[in-house]
Amino acid sequence: MADTKEPNPEFTRKVIEGGGKTVNLCFQCGTCTGSCPSGRQTAFRVRKVVRRAQLGFEEDVLPSDDLWLCTTCFTCYERCPRGVEIVDIIMALRNMAVRKGYMAEQHRKVAELISKTGHMVSLREEDKVLRGKLGLAPVPPTVLSDPKALEEVKKIAALCGFDKLIVPGGK
Amino acid sequence: MVAGKYGFFLGCIMPLRYPGIESSSREVLKSLGVELEDLKGASCCPAPGVTRSFDQSYWMAVAARNLAIAEKQGVDIVTICNGCFDTLFETAHKLNHDPEARKKVNKILKDATGMEYNGTVNVRHFVELLYRDVGLEAIKSKVKGGKNLKAAVHYGCHFLKPSNVKKIDDAERPHVFDDIVEAAGMTSVPYKDKGMCCGAGGGVRARTPDVALKMTAENLKNMQAAGVEVIVDCCPFCHLQYDVSQPQLKDMPNKIPVLHLSQLLGLAFGLEKEKLGLEVHQTKVNL
Repeated sequence: MADTKEPNPEFTRKVIEGGGKTVNLCFQCGTCTGSCPSGRQTAFRVRKVVRRAQLGFEEDVLPSDDLWLCTTCFTCYERCPRGVEIVDIIMALRNMAVRKGYMAEQHRKVAELISKTGHMVSLREEDKVLRGKLGLAPVPPTVLSDPKALEEVKKIAALCGFDKLIVPGGK
Repeated sequence: MVAGKYGFFLGCIMPLRYPGIESSSREVLKSLGVELEDLKGASCCPAPGVTRSFDQSYWMAVAARNLAIAEKQGVDIVTICNGCFDTLFETAHKLNHDPEARKKVNKILKDATGMEYNGTVNVRHFVELLYRDVGLEAIKSKVKGGKNLKAAVHYGCHFLKPSNVKKIDDAERPHVFDDIVEAAGMTSVPYKDKGMCCGAGGGVRARTPDVALKMTAENLKNMQAAGVEVIVDCCPFCHLQYDVSQPQLKDMPNKIPVLHLSQLLGLAFGLEKEKLGLEVHQTKVNL
């Protein structure tokens, strides 16, 4: 007989609290996997991620690369015959994975840029020149031209503990 | 013809990588009677893929700050980006329907900024604003002739989906964006798997660019098989993905130029080409 694992309802409860409240409605039909553009190119199977969340197989799901192959396109969410809010489940799982220290270095860098500069891409000299040529303010009228506004955004990161989630050395 | 005054939410990729989309949007919306004002001190929406995935409370709190800025200025928000639209629309929806979440977010927001989210602001995507408020006839009346191009319309994911929250159009068989492209004098050509994700979203482009590229290549193949002459998007992130991916695809000798809808309308309305910022596109635009 194959090895069997015990379900862990405690983990499933955490997924539900994190926003995946429809996780138990899934009956594993696989419409999600059949609709997934990422699954066409990779071995990622959405159905399996949802199953692992249902059974509470934390160690199979949180460290897994699969969790990060979803583009959040919502096609599965739209087509699910049981109304399972699949993207919300994936978001709950990703948030839990990040709190356990699973964050790719490339993601950490973008998150750091957002929390420190208020934008997900940087302002380069060439951008200012081009904006000026197009008749736009060389520095956009956002946090980039308002240090007080940037302080507010940084304060939100501190209050939410977001800056602590993105320290280098993740798994 | 006045369609109202809106706070123009800039986001990141448009103002910092494709400012031609910003100048085109400002010109095109102005000519259609949509008045824009800047949302002072706004930030990244923040991006759903690389922020909501990491910490949903931070994602919502920063989004709520952007919403509160518009409320303080007394304007509704318009965005030309699917990602910004998703973050701001979903956050407003959540905070309008979940008093507990609103209380929690407002406590953080008040401590950090002195502002609170009150639930008075509407978040609009410019495609939906053009379709519902400006109207196809007004768009047609501005078209100065020009070429009739065969266009692959790419809706992207977060303009219409999740459709139970966004309530704009049918997510499987939408038409609003195609109707605008046709009103601008183009032909929207059907192609296989139209409606598929460009591949960039959800943090996939940042973490596994090779996987994102495979999805993009599949879309491009389908578009090319339908004989299209231009790709039209309504999101700077999809725009970037299609634009920067094509030079990387060695088995695709004939490239397809990529235009954001604001740039396509700019062309159709006879705007000076210099205002469209097409020279930064990595896939050459020769239209």
